[in-house]
Amino acid sequence: MKKLRILCLVVAMLMVIGLLAGCGGGGGGNGDADADVITIGVLAPLTGGVAQFGTSVYRGLNLYIDQFNARGGLQIETITFDEEGNASLAVTGYNSLFDQNVTAIIGAVTSGPTMAVVPFAFEDNMPMITASATHAGVTVADDGTVFTNMFRSCFIDPFQGQKMAEFAVEVLEARTAAILFSNEIDYSIGLRDAFEEKARELGLEVVVVENFPDDAVDFRGQLTNIAQHNPDVLFVPAYVRHIALIGPQSAEVGLEGTTLLGADGWAGTVAFMEDVSSIEGAYFLTGFSPDVDDPMVQQFIRDYQARHGSIPDMFAAQAFDAAMILIDAIERTLAATDYNPASEEFRIALIANMARTNLTGVTGHIAFDEFNNPQKTAVILNVADGVEVFWGYF
Amino acid sequence: MFFVSHLVNGLQLGSIYALVALGYTMVYGIIKLLNFAHGDFIMVGGYIALFSLSTTFFGLPPAVAVVLTIVGCMLLAVVVEKLAYRPLRNAPRISVLITAIGVSLLLQNLAQYFFGATPMNFPTHLLIPAGGITMGDVFVAYTPLITIIAALISMVILTYLVQRTKLGKAMRAVSEDTEAAQLMGINVNTIITFTFAVGAGLAGIGALLYGAGYPRIEHTLGVMLGLMAFVAAVVGGIGSIPGAMIGGFAIGLVEALVTALGFSEWRIGAVFLILIIVLMVRPTGIMGRSMMEKV
Repeated sequence: MKKLRILCLVVAMLMVIGLLAGCGGGGGGNGDADADVITIGVLAPLTGGVAQFGTSVYRGLNLYIDQFNARGGLQIETITFDEEGNASLAVTGYNSLFDQNVTAIIGAVTSGPTMAVVPFAFEDNMPMITASATHAGVTVADDGTVFTNMFRSCFIDPFQGQKMAEFAVEVLEARTAAILFSNEIDYSIGLRDAFEEKARELGLEVVVVENFPDDAVDFRGQLTNIAQHNPDVLFVPAYVRHIALIGPQSAEVGLEGTTLLGADGWAGTVAFMEDVSSIEGAYFLTGFSPDVDDPMVQQFIRDYQARHGSIPDMFAAQAFDAAMILIDAIERTLAATDYNPASEEFRIALIANMARTNLTGVTGHIAFDEFNNPQKTAVILNVADGVEVFWGYF
Repeated sequence: MFFVSHLVNGLQLGSIYALVALGYTMVYGIIKLLNFAHGDFIMVGGYIALFSLSTTFFGLPPAVAVVLTIVGCMLLAVVVEKLAYRPLRNAPRISVLITAIGVSLLLQNLAQYFFGATPMNFPTHLLIPAGGITMGDVFVAYTPLITIIAALISMVILTYLVQRTKLGKAMRAVSEDTEAAQLMGINVNTIITFTFAVGAGLAGIGALLYGAGYPRIEHTLGVMLGLMAFVAAVVGGIGSIPGAMIGGFAIGLVEALVTALGFSEWRIGAVFLILIIVLMVRPTGIMGRSMMEKV
């Protein structure tokens, strides 16, 4: 009886020692963390009007996470919430993910829902990275507050609008421009403002600005008004679902001799439309081109194609990079601290590590500026002979 | 010349509204039911047309696709009427109305389940060739031209059907007084089924023209289209066939006019403003007859 008690005591003491040793090892970082599992949340519209983008983002980030997990060691788990491209649903989704103790969130996909979530995430010190929300307000509030917790792997709206205005003047030698945008879409408004401002600066005259509701299917009236002014270029900061209608309808109202200009919302348009004759000659800016000759990019395209049977679009590529940035920062945080990954201290340390990101992804080299926006080069694509062609960097 | 372009835009949109509004008004006229699933019949028709035309799917010739779409919509309406509305023939009207909303949601969700949430591109030019005609200095594309002509022909045929045939006479009789029509030996159920089929046939034509003009097919396309057509039917006088035609064209023209004046963001608002004004000034709609409630 006595022997048994001693044995129990010895075993218990050994266990305590083991536990302490384990803690010490965890603090030291590296090899010991092999059983670690970190949960991250994903906010993406998998249904609804922008489901196309959401699906691409979802596939891109999961490709990276699965490849990462396959290497062994740290394992990343995801909890996905379908926010349907809806701002209030995105907030519900954020709260739900927060309650499930996620360490960080990848999302949302479009600017509206992302901007709805950011203020809450900022208060909670929740690290977030979006692959595709390009509005300036995603990382900087109207009053100038920088949301230090919010990062992105795409470039921002003002940048795109400015670039396209410069492109119109410097490359296309345009003198007059028209803008067709939606004042129900933050993304669209951001691009219009930047384009207009840059155009004014460069002496490109904006002769007519027309707008449409997000769910519009009839653009003929606006396009008729635009045709009346016969501008050199027509800038359409909108999404594929709009371009698919604006293209054919612009041909029907007799808009001729006007070059269509777009931004990254156009990504995937050629794949979506069966007949692209109506947008032939258009130029649009994007963050990713599968034509870039780089071993990492080509490997990514092969892996993506093996899984989904299609060439990854810009959203998938940026999501792949977003996951890479986040996991890279998580690894550095785990190595440097011994906080519980579900704790606020860990999240604060993770935010600091994300800000120090310095890596090369499939969309190019990424480091963040003081507003957490990546510094990148734009890719210009041209619709020629019914296909998207890599025009060059600009 | 741009005024003419705007006019054509308005007439094209109006043609589609009118075709859809006819379906609403005919069904309402005969069983006093606002068939909220009607917009979704068009959505289904849009998918049928897309799959039968598109070369990545069946790539059928346009004539076959047109027949398939129209017949498909008619069959759908007959099935919906039989399964969802007929068992409620003697139920309170509100129950049937709620059922109609249920059918609408069911169709939308089924479409999302089978075809996905991602919109699909309608192969417009397999149905109507690209290009158009130039009259003076006005360019009119084939799509609006054919849309307007097809809608007008459909309306002429419908008017003939309702006014000049025996079936049409029976439809008018059932609409006027169901019980009396039954006593006169009219099979009311057959006539109701027939009315649903005709309305859905027009929806099928609407789906084809909608796809050609607005080549993006998605599971929610019937919602806004159905709502606007419903407004057109109410403005024209619900239950009245010429009213639905007038209402459809009026709403389409109002939208085009508001856009032409540079207030494109107000176009939907303008439509509902017209609805409010019509309901205040003439509650039964432009062509509606005032009905006395029997107490």
